Amino acid sequence: MELDSLYQEVILDHYKKPHHKGLPVGELQVHHVNPNCGDEITLSLAIKNGKVEDLIWDGVGCSISQASASIMSDLVSGKSVESARVVLQEFTELMQSKGTISGDEEILEDAIALAGVSKFPARVKCALLSWMAFKDAAIQNGAEL
Amino acid sequence: MNSILDVAAIKRDFPIFSQEMRGGKRLVFLDSGATSQKPIQVMDAERNFYSTNNAAVHRGSYLLAERASEAFEGARDRVAQFIGAQSHEIVFTKSATESLNLLAVSLERTTGSLQVSEGDEIVVSELEHHANLIPWQELAKRTGAVLKWFEMNEDGSLNLSKIDQIITSKCKVVAITHQSNVLGSVPDIAPIIAAAHAVGALFVLDGCQSVPHQPVNVQALDVDFLVFSGHKALGPTGIGVLWGRQELLSQMEPFLYGGSMIETVTMTDSTWAEAPKRFEAGVPNMAQAVGLAAALDYLDVVGLSKIHQWELHLTNLALKGLKEIDGVKVIGPQGLENRGGVISFTIAGLHPHDIGQVMDQYGVAVRTGHHCAWPLIRKLGLTGTTRASFYLYNDESDVEVFLESVAGARDYFGNR
Ligand SMILES: Cc1ncc(COP(=O)(O)O)c(C=O)c1O
Repeated sequence: MELDSLYQEVILDHYKKPHHKGLPVGELQVHHVNPNCGDEITLSLAIKNGKVEDLIWDGVGCSISQASASIMSDLVSGKSVESARVVLQEFTELMQSKGTISGDEEILEDAIALAGVSKFPARVKCALLSWMAFKDAAIQNGAEL
Repeated sequence: MNSILDVAAIKRDFPIFSQEMRGGKRLVFLDSGATSQKPIQVMDAERNFYSTNNAAVHRGSYLLAERASEAFEGARDRVAQFIGAQSHEIVFTKSATESLNLLAVSLERTTGSLQVSEGDEIVVSELEHHANLIPWQELAKRTGAVLKWFEMNEDGSLNLSKIDQIITSKCKVVAITHQSNVLGSVPDIAPIIAAAHAVGALFVLDGCQSVPHQPVNVQALDVDFLVFSGHKALGPTGIGVLWGRQELLSQMEPFLYGGSMIETVTMTDSTWAEAPKRFEAGVPNMAQAVGLAAALDYLDVVGLSKIHQWELHLTNLALKGLKEIDGVKVIGPQGLENRGGVISFTIAGLHPHDIGQVMDQYGVAVRTGHHCAWPLIRKLGLTGTTRASFYLYNDESDVEVFLESVAGARDYFGNR
């Protein structure tokens, strides 16, 4: 079924047991919402020695948005700002591709499972919500993304 | 029960049903609460207007301009007849949203007893669609008026126990929905209308979810204004209606300024045409008004009472079926009392977006999320619901596929 390309096993695993999910700490917290469906995410992080550290997020949303947040936080945590920028760019391109590209698995790792989302225009925003929150938080912490 | 409506014949009038959805499935359209599908008669009416009558209304002295004006004014008569009003009380707008914004702006600009200003009170309810909330919120902010509201009960009815504190002598306008677009609940508006009138306040009824689905008569309701959208009533997009009592409209200031709404114009000042023209600046959505008239003809031929009865029959079947699916919870009214053909539900542990996505694989089109009524969803402690809404082109087999798809959504995530 076409649906299985959207809801891959990896996505459901992350959805059921999300990583880096907890109460964001510190003063600098970003809050993003998807006004179409009411999904919300709050996220905080620190940039230490040019690396993304202490990323933690909390939120409500569909399986795609929750899994994407979990996968994203795995991917960028502990990475240099430069590598995070590369992942972010690769992922954004994949989401905007309408299914025309499959993405670089070396860079995207688990996020490759979200490739199917790009064929469902209504769901792309769900997948991107946490990534945009991450980008916003990193920039606010002085990273050049 | 099939005798209430001949759905098979009705469906044939709606070209949209002749195509396949994802996976070759037939379309089970359960999102008429958001917008309805269009019968060929409506498309033909629009096409015919463009093919034979198209010209700017009320402007030219040539034959086509006459025909266009006749068609447009004919549409106005048709709408008036549909809701038991006078033609000159019908204002064409682009949508119900615009109708409500028009009211909120005009009541600020109109001097005299209708004017909403500092210290006055505006009353809405927690059931409202954003379109019947935000224009009043903003009116209150601009003027220093106070926004008050009726709270919603768990079953989607309104809590009227504090009606005397909510509607006071300071109240200028009360704006309430005829039926919740999220839960399908029908609030008891009669005591609210009476309370509003007792203190001299205006009563605005949001008829978006009622006018397309049941007989609505403005005289019988004793309201002051009624708004609805053409596109939810088998009509085209881009056409909405504001009905108002003539003695009110005739006192009110315009919303938009420009051509067609004036009486005289000099380089420094202008005066306004009589209502309803005063509120129809610019070349209006003529073909859409004509299309709406054809839509109302269609609804009248089928019969609004029958449509209402049929929707409740389908709602009853769907409610019964949903109650038998483990993990499914119907939100709002549980039975047929004080409700229309709309059902909101949740499935334990599943997000509405995911539910809707699986249902789509069955060809079922439902709405998911907060349905432009975020305060209502928050009040219920939810992040969203999945909503099915029925109309005259739905039948019992649609309900069957719907129930199958709901169980399918639960199983798709439950078993993995
Ligand atoms: C109860 C209610 N009020 C107002 C509106 C706004 O209608 P429109 O978007 O056609 O202007 C809607 C449409 O969703 C509605 O359901």
